Amino acid sequence: MKYTSAFEIIGPIMVGPSSSHTAGAVRIGSMARQLLGEQPIQVTFQLIGSFAETYQGHGTDLALLAGILGMTTDSSDVPNADKAAMDQGVAYTFTKGSAGTHHPNTVLILAEGATRSVKLLASSLGGGKAEVQELDDFPVTFTGEKPTLIFSHTDEKGFLAAVSRILNQNGYNIARLALERKKKGGSAMTICEVDEIVRQEVVQELKHTMPGLQEIRFVQTV
Amino acid sequence: MAFTHLHELIALAENQHISIGQVMLKIEQEQTGRSEEEILAQMEAQFKVMEEAVRKGTEQPIMSRSGLTGGDAFRLNEYIKNGQSFIHPGTLQTMAYALSVSEVNAGMGRIVATPTAGSAGILPSVLVYALESGRYSRDAIILSMMTAAALGLVIANSASISGAAGGCQAEIGSATAMAAGTLVEIGGGTPEQVGHAVGLALKNSLGLVCDPVGGLVEIPCIIRNGLHSMTALAAADMALAGVKSVIPPDEVVRVMHEVGTEMPASLRETGIGGLAGTPTGKALREQIFNKGKG
Repeated sequence: MKYTSAFEIIGPIMVGPSSSHTAGAVRIGSMARQLLGEQPIQVTFQLIGSFAETYQGHGTDLALLAGILGMTTDSSDVPNADKAAMDQGVAYTFTKGSAGTHHPNTVLILAEGATRSVKLLASSLGGGKAEVQELDDFPVTFTGEKPTLIFSHTDEKGFLAAVSRILNQNGYNIARLALERKKKGGSAMTICEVDEIVRQEVVQELKHTMPGLQEIRFVQTV
Repeated sequence: MAFTHLHELIALAENQHISIGQVMLKIEQEQTGRSEEEILAQMEAQFKVMEEAVRKGTEQPIMSRSGLTGGDAFRLNEYIKNGQSFIHPGTLQTMAYALSVSEVNAGMGRIVATPTAGSAGILPSVLVYALESGRYSRDAIILSMMTAAALGLVIANSASISGAAGGCQAEIGSATAMAAGTLVEIGGGTPEQVGHAVGLALKNSLGLVCDPVGGLVEIPCIIRNGLHSMTALAAADMALAGVKSVIPPDEVVRVMHEVGTEMPASLRETGIGGLAGTPTGKALREQIFNKGKG
């Protein structure tokens, strides 16, 4: 059964004109913002495939900007995102990339804040659904539909076991867990989707306990 | 899910002596653990967005983001005022409402996808029209959105609500069928009559291709929302009058899916064939997407 809820048929409330080119693009921008974790200063959007061909007509550019400024799919300020960016002193550029093997509605985002930067390749899959394909050159995938923890760490024995143990001890159910590493013992990234938002004290416990951990980031789209 | 087909949904309503909307409300509660009040409050919040969207384009001309379309809801609204229309002015107002929602969508305004953004004009237009008739309470209209959802779920799960998968019949056709069935329930028809309204409306959209100019949700999407709001009202009246869909509604849903599968890709939201492929369609595409280049 593909659809089960009344609100999948009546809803969502969204800013038009297209769920894939507008609502999905807001969600991608929003994930980039959450991953950056601070106000962006300079952002480059490389549009790929149908995004590159039709972005003016669908407002995909405004939608991506709106997302990275922290707006949601139903925000009536989405069409004014370019003005909002100017007001907030966010510099941005849109370029076009070649489709290659990517999904037709794809964007590569390079966002820089005052203290850090993020590189995100993500696609809009239809119906407002968005999916990250690569994060900071790691081939990790996630949609942000569930609360998602992203661990940057060094590949060490027992890392996943420790994540599972701590989340389990605190009553969380892991929906999905995936690790990607550059090489054995090298830098690694782990994606962990859970059914409920993880409390701040549990995030702190993870930070203090996990072997080889650099940082934990959190993403959830609305 | 407690139902996949219309005949199952109709049986659930008949056996419990409740409306299809109430069946859906109970199922939504069981599946999500949310209360009746919470669910209806969320529906009402969506209805408010619908009410804003039906008015916005009739009160002032709204232009699309691309500049290709806009202002038709306002034009029709002004025309209605001189009282010379073929269609009764009150009824024609429904079409202005449907155009308005679609223009708001094309202008990056807020809409409710019903079931999609491209077909978001039809259900709101008939619901607001029904409310303004003064014959039905606001609560009855909010509950009827659960009816629309149930009918949409049947179509989405047995056929499709995606233009890319099933052509425009899957978006505009589905929205028209949902709106027709919902009106029958608001108007006091039986669950069986709701089913016939779905069958009648969907039959009239079979074969409709998805051929948007430039791939944008504008031409012909906006006009189709307007005209199909009239079809929804007409199909509802036919069903309430006792007209039946001789081909059972479930078979009509099934064949809509089959027709969609047989449609060539050029007529399924690729912006290649149909109206998109006409000389003017292609010229407009160039005009929009080469703007600002070189």
